[in-house]
Amino acid sequence: AASMFLRLLSDVRWRAANPRWRRSTCSRRSTSSTAEPPSVPLPAQAQVVICGGGIMGTSVAYHLSKMGWKDIVLLEQGRLAAGTTRFCAGIVSTARHVSIELKMADYSNKLYQQLEQETGVKTGYVKTGSISLAQTQDRLISLKRIASSLSVMGIPCEIITPKQVAQLHPLINIHDLVGAMYVPEDALVSSANVSLALATAASRNGVQIHERTSVSHVSIQKGCVAGVETDRGQIQCQYFVNCAGQWAYELGHSGEEPVNIPLHACEHFYLLTHPLKEPLASNLPTIVDPDGRIYIRNWQGGILSGGFEKNPKPLFTEGRNQLEIQHLQEDWDHFEPLLSALLRRMPDLEALQIMQLVNCPESFTPDMRCIMGESPTVRGYFVLAGMNSAGISYGGGAGKYLAEWMVNGYPSENVWPLDLKRFGSLQSSRTFLRHRVMEVMPLMCDLKVPRWDFQTGRQLRTSPLYDRLDAQGARWMEKHGFERVKYFVPPGKDLLDLDQRKTFYKPDWFDIVGSEVKCCKEAVCVIDMSSFTKFEISSTGDQALESLQYLFSNDLDVPVGHVVHTGMLNEKGGYENDCSIARLSKRSFFMISPTDQQVHCWAWLKNRLPDDSNLTMEDVTWKYTALNLIGPRAVDVLSELSYAPITPDHFPSLFCKEMSVGYANGIRVMSITHTGEPGFMLYIPIEYALHVYNEVMNMGQKYGIRNAGYYALRSLRIEKFFAFWGQDLDAFTTPMECGREFQVKLEKGMQFLGQEALMEQKQNGVYKRFTMFILEDHDTDMDLWPWWGEPIFRNGRYVGKTTSSAYSYTLERHVCLGFVQHFDEKTGAQLVVTTDFINQGEYEIDIAGQRFQAKAKLYPFSSLFTQRRRKDEVELSGYQRE
Amino acid sequence: FYLTPPQVNSILKANEYSFKVPEFDGKNVSSVLGFDSNQLPANAPIEDRRSAATCLQTRGMLLGVFDGHAGCACAQAVSERLFYYIAVSLLPHETLLEIENAVESGRALLPILQWHKHPNDYFSKEASKLYFNSLRTYWQELIDLNSGETTDVKEALINAFKRLDNDISLEAQVGDPNSFLNYLVLRVAFSGATACVAHVDGVDLHIANTGDSRAMLGVQEEDGSWSAVNLSYDHNAQNEREVKRVKMEHPKSEEKSLVKQDRLLGLLMPFRAFGDVKFKWSIELQKRVVESGPDQLNDNEYTKFIPPNYHTPPYLTAEPEVIYHKLRPQDKFLVLATDGLWETMHRQDVARIVGEYLTGVHHQQPIAVGGYKVTLGQMHGLLTERRARISSVFEDQNAATHLIRHAVGNNEFGTVDHERLSKMLSLPEELARMYRDDITITVVQFNSHVI
Repeated sequence: AASMFLRLLSDVRWRAANPRWRRSTCSRRSTSSTAEPPSVPLPAQAQVVICGGGIMGTSVAYHLSKMGWKDIVLLEQGRLAAGTTRFCAGIVSTARHVSIELKMADYSNKLYQQLEQETGVKTGYVKTGSISLAQTQDRLISLKRIASSLSVMGIPCEIITPKQVAQLHPLINIHDLVGAMYVPEDALVSSANVSLALATAASRNGVQIHERTSVSHVSIQKGCVAGVETDRGQIQCQYFVNCAGQWAYELGHSGEEPVNIPLHACEHFYLLTHPLKEPLASNLPTIVDPDGRIYIRNWQGGILSGGFEKNPKPLFTEGRNQLEIQHLQEDWDHFEPLLSALLRRMPDLEALQIMQLVNCPESFTPDMRCIMGESPTVRGYFVLAGMNSAGISYGGGAGKYLAEWMVNGYPSENVWPLDLKRFGSLQSSRTFLRHRVMEVMPLMCDLKVPRWDFQTGRQLRTSPLYDRLDAQGARWMEKHGFERVKYFVPPGKDLLDLDQRKTFYKPDWFDIVGSEVKCCKEAVCVIDMSSFTKFEISSTGDQALESLQYLFSNDLDVPVGHVVHTGMLNEKGGYENDCSIARLSKRSFFMISPTDQQVHCWAWLKNRLPDDSNLTMEDVTWKYTALNLIGPRAVDVLSELSYAPITPDHFPSLFCKEMSVGYANGIRVMSITHTGEPGFMLYIPIEYALHVYNEVMNMGQKYGIRNAGYYALRSLRIEKFFAFWGQDLDAFTTPMECGREFQVKLEKGMQFLGQEALMEQKQNGVYKRFTMFILEDHDTDMDLWPWWGEPIFRNGRYVGKTTSSAYSYTLERHVCLGFVQHFDEKTGAQLVVTTDFINQGEYEIDIAGQRFQAKAKLYPFSSLFTQRRRKDEVELSGYQRE
Repeated sequence: FYLTPPQVNSILKANEYSFKVPEFDGKNVSSVLGFDSNQLPANAPIEDRRSAATCLQTRGMLLGVFDGHAGCACAQAVSERLFYYIAVSLLPHETLLEIENAVESGRALLPILQWHKHPNDYFSKEASKLYFNSLRTYWQELIDLNSGETTDVKEALINAFKRLDNDISLEAQVGDPNSFLNYLVLRVAFSGATACVAHVDGVDLHIANTGDSRAMLGVQEEDGSWSAVNLSYDHNAQNEREVKRVKMEHPKSEEKSLVKQDRLLGLLMPFRAFGDVKFKWSIELQKRVVESGPDQLNDNEYTKFIPPNYHTPPYLTAEPEVIYHKLRPQDKFLVLATDGLWETMHRQDVARIVGEYLTGVHHQQPIAVGGYKVTLGQMHGLLTERRARISSVFEDQNAATHLIRHAVGNNEFGTVDHERLSKMLSLPEELARMYRDDITITVVQFNSHVI
């Protein structure tokens, strides 16, 4: 009997076995006017060409046309909504970990709900709700964190008991559950039809849609999009949008100037069954069982169930093959663990008859977040792809943000976590992507705990000291491909292995980092911070100074040898970057920014610096190893090694000098530490790195020197209320909002970017304020640790979210940083946030549904600065980057 | 009473043996990659034997399985001696002369065979001198007969089989002054053994078979699936040609009595065998030898018993049927096994199980639902079994062991059922033979890169 249904797979075709969806395709042909027959010639030019007729391409077209752009052509190599969009499971779920993703999903849900009414195209939208199950307490904590986020956004959701789960869904085995999260407004749609509805609306707004037209490459002139070449001719255009899904990577590489879009496809399986004897109701909630790695939704009276297996099968590594997507094999043996999980969750389904196992490839990205935005190298080249299997949930919101980006220059929300520019060419190796997505896909269902590090694709960029530090017990994390030390495990001490380390509570490295922090406070530590992005900008005349004065808010016309902390602001005064700039000479500057700014900052400056051959900018990141000497004894170590006076008179704070350290000459020494602690940054040409490190460690012995890592640095900077770009600061935060007015020189005698916005804020006040919270009744040993993204309540009302947090070993308390807003109690409108408003509130921080009292502060504890070398030379509110 | 999986494994693995042809310079230039072999007894002691050796003076490798009956003496003797007879038959005239001269002048002998033996595969020390003398007589005759022609493998195999059986018969008739040896040669002659021997030399594969053991070739089709090709014919009542041959060799009057209840003279299952002089000698000779033989032989009812309707001996021959096969790239392995395996498993299943084992899991045929009605529960059961099958593949390091596990433990789904396996292996000695026969398997893996 067993071998009766063994058959070779190639006989089976998806289309034949799925009459309903085929029907919907047919009906589209007769009722809608979205697709023109291929005989209609392509226009010779257009403002925008969108490549890809899936949910992303149609959503971008829809939103662009709604915002008033009409001259748009959408090209699809096959049929509309025929790729991943066609096959996807159609679940619209707002239960997301990252806040921007949550916002996109929420918008999508609301958009799809009214889409049928707007367009007349049936979208199959049913509000079913979704239930995320927890088999463990840790999972429940994770769900509670999401629930907190959903609640403050006004999305109904509830943490429920297993019994309530049983009441909501008749088939679920609840015996192994500890709880669940119910989101009643989550929905199901027919994803292909949503895409067609968006296309229909776009088409009515004037968007031209051409099927069976494939883009062979994008032509570029002077770094800007000039047009596209297709198999049916050329189109000149100003904007190109790559929504080619799993083919986006290849399409990005097909032009003269490659656009790196790091994503990789994996096979993804789900099961369709015949209806139950008593067909399932169409409004039955969708079940997500992350511990079983599966999701289950009702489907035509039966079920649709898929999941994210532990051993994914990446495909299309060698490249694009459009035909193959139709011929992908079902792999039952591969599906077996998911089927077991399904039958364990719903044992009554045993007798249910199988209709089909669908293999629908999905594309995944190196960090589990989607990719959107403009290429750093080609202006006018936009990308929206890499949805990590949540394309239908994100489709609406992602399309909206990208359209806003194109029309307004930037979306209405901070989308840096999704920005294409967080990646560079270093993430676009096929081998890297193949290995990384094999790790990423299982992570979809894994517990999202704080401080998680990817295990694959590591040791790509390393400091010359890597082996030395590793041998001394360094534990590593990775940022933008660069290995950085978290902390050093002392000899003889064992930490938990990787899986056990996953915790929402006090981590096992607590004491280790504590002793590193103590050493920074009392003696001296050395931290390798080579990953920082470093640019040199110089000119033959005053061009460099003039340009930078316009692009940066602080006054850079300082004497040679001075270091300036300054924001790189956009027109709204928001931080595009936060950097330290040393004036090396009258005509050259050395700029240090966060590690992940390498691509973004380069593109920002490149696009804004005048096209002048006498003005040069060079990325010198790889040329220097950076050592941070932190602590009161740093000055002693350095002066012994250099035989130079380092007293505050000779070397005041925020200074930069080239000097010799040991035998090595030409070391750039800066009196900054990025933490508020006394000390120096040493920028060392890489060939001297090992020598200088050895000298520092040898000389430092008598001062009690030791290695330290980024966790210690993080604790130090947060307790000093130092904001960090990419976490606390973003393009929607101005210096006025985070207490950095002193880094802005409104009267520096010339215009600078963002000046007007800042002037206005100075006059009218700010609508959010960066605030420091000290947790009061929080037990470090027993309570859940804060992370970031926790809601902040003032007098019981939601006022904002935290952006980062750390345990302060000095205060012996947890410190959270975050933004406080002021919403009008009646209208909900945003009001100006005053110092009084901050100071006069009672605050609570919500960690996974549990609220802890917190004390709000707008300035750091002065007691923390008592050990400074000179009181008047404090590196006041410097900045921090990680 | 229940055996744990480790206990089961230790029983199954007790006799397993693997040999890998050594590589030179990182390359295996031989057409044979190596072989896996194993035995599982049902009789106590086991009556099956196996042998494997590399010919050192000619090219090629010899592998054989031998199924003894009426005791293990004959199978033991054949397993020790047959390959020497074959090797000698294959040797060119000059080498035979060289060997003879070495023996004559007391010099060290050229080694003829390199044996690949499990520690349990013993050689009887006592008889070695006797056996050697018989062998020497054989090569002396070959030297005298020097035809000048190159040796044909098929002919050499047939000659070696016949010659060895003849020597067994003669040694028993002549007897030996040493009473232990005298009894030994008689036991060898009065018991019997079938033999299935493969000679592999490059792409030339010869199978010489006498009796009802079997050689089967595993072939991988273009779509990756496995099929079986028989390289031997069973010599028993199921083989019509064999029945016809026996009837041709005896007067028409005996036609009815020759084959009864599918047995030769109503007694013997295989229609060809070594030893079994009760079916070869005249009644007078049998009586004379038994009477002059030692008491133990005289007391044995079986040896004294003359088969019914015994008119025109010999009724039995050791002459093998030889099949030649030229190896092709799709020929991946050869299975030699005694009838204990073939009684429980179809050759097609053998080909699939060994094929999947040797190539790893990924060649397991994918499942497709297609138009059939399958429930989630059925599918789940099937997938669980497939996974169990995969894990059992990983459990065994030896293809023969893996095959035995299936032969003994298979359930109706074609997957190993541990409970069944445990029951079959824990049967008491006296019952075991009722449920299963001795199983001996040798799996030879071919080197597709060379073929």
